[in-house]
Amino acid sequence: MMSHNTTNDNDQAVAVRDVYKSYGDVMALRDMSLDFPRGQLTSLLGPSGCGKTTLLKIIAGLLSADSGEITVNGHPITGPGPDRAFVFQDFALLPWATVLRNVAFGLELRGVAKSEREAIAEKYITDVGLRGFENKHPHQLSGGMRQRVGLARALSVDAQVLLMDEPFAAVDEQTRRKFQEDLLNLVKHENKTFIFVTHSIEEAVYVSDQVAILLPRPSRVSEIIRPEGFRHKDADSIRRDSEYLDIVDRIWASLRTYVE
Amino acid sequence: MMRYRSYLLTFLSACIVFGSWEIAGRIPVSYAFPTFLETIAAFWTLLKNGTMFVAYFETLKPLVVGVLISSFVGVGIGLAIGLSRMSDWLLSPIFVVMQTAPLAALIPLLVMIYGIGLTSKVAVVIIMAMPVIVLNTGGAVRNTPVSIVEMAQSFLGTRRDVIFKIILPAASPIIFAGLRLGVSAGFIGAILAELKITPTGVGDIITYSRSIADYPSMYAAIMSIILLAVIFLNVLERIENFLFKGAKHVYASD
Repeated sequence: MMSHNTTNDNDQAVAVRDVYKSYGDVMALRDMSLDFPRGQLTSLLGPSGCGKTTLLKIIAGLLSADSGEITVNGHPITGPGPDRAFVFQDFALLPWATVLRNVAFGLELRGVAKSEREAIAEKYITDVGLRGFENKHPHQLSGGMRQRVGLARALSVDAQVLLMDEPFAAVDEQTRRKFQEDLLNLVKHENKTFIFVTHSIEEAVYVSDQVAILLPRPSRVSEIIRPEGFRHKDADSIRRDSEYLDIVDRIWASLRTYVE
Repeated sequence: MMRYRSYLLTFLSACIVFGSWEIAGRIPVSYAFPTFLETIAAFWTLLKNGTMFVAYFETLKPLVVGVLISSFVGVGIGLAIGLSRMSDWLLSPIFVVMQTAPLAALIPLLVMIYGIGLTSKVAVVIIMAMPVIVLNTGGAVRNTPVSIVEMAQSFLGTRRDVIFKIILPAASPIIFAGLRLGVSAGFIGAILAELKITPTGVGDIITYSRSIADYPSMYAAIMSIILLAVIFLNVLERIENFLFKGAKHVYASD
């Protein structure tokens, strides 16, 4: 269950090495090192203030680290790149644009021709279950549907690494469960690496191949857990699996002292 | 039904305003205060003999030039103010001063610099119209939601993409609100310039009618400028609705 750092570098889609980041006097990340295995979903889990979103934005290239190195497929990054796509907590949709344009927006920014990018967007709109909503605007959609738009946008640029910043935090509980099940399928069928920030222990254990538990002040990786025993089970039975429940309990035991 | 009712209410409110005007004119509150009907008659005469058209041809020149300059330059400067702290410090105070300065008192200064021609009048329109456009644009640009800017950056948008595809569309409702306020202020400026610098156009009708005690014509001229401003603002609103049709600016995260 515990990870042993035996995998070689080729199997790591993203590697974070000795990263420091501070905001003024506040040290957000201190000597952070973490590997993200290719084709798997890694969760960054921790109490608020543990720097998980900061780490994600540094990997995305939206923030720069004070020192240290991030490599994606072995290449050090200097900013946002075509190899990574981001899914935002608040969806970050353009309120004045239709679903179709929102989904195609990543491709639009890459200079893909209109007919081509709309064809690609159509495919992913269908994949996320929004067919028929192409010409609606975000305010006409529910929270869950908006995040499907955000997800379709991230999928349509076909990046190898998907960065998800608490993507299900702003949707209701039932929708969130459905999303988690869909995410398991996505990880299984798309050959992509997922980095997933969450503050929900259950969610992290449910969807992750690897859970990195981050602790605050100073921010550090306290533990890496690989919930492997129930990965082959179907979506419904995982939530009743005893290993799943044990891991959730164990993580809570180690995190509870950090909850204010 | 709602639409019908709103028209009815507009009609009623117009009846009340013009009715009280008519009554006040008939009392009369003042010798210099004509009734509503006299004003309408004078308005009709001014229209029929062409005086009004000639006057507006004159008045619209500084107004149109001033408003156009204020709009384009104003949105440009507002964008710079919103995007860079440096230009905010450098430029914002100028427009805050412009907005609060007692314009009528500054007009002699403008005349000294630019003479009594079109330039001075355009300057008055600009001083009236530009500050609110600049300050609104600056504020709107500065308050662009961070997450959609980050979104564009993470999907490899260039600085140019971020400005034209994110910041300007996001700011456009407030920019347009600023334009509407700026244009109405511009109307005031154009008339002020004609009253204070040289009486031309509509300002001339107002000044001249007053000097010969033809108060109905004077009020007709004042009414016409209000009417034109209202029509113009409505047109601007239509343009705005056309440009952003269907796209209510409700942020998806709200």
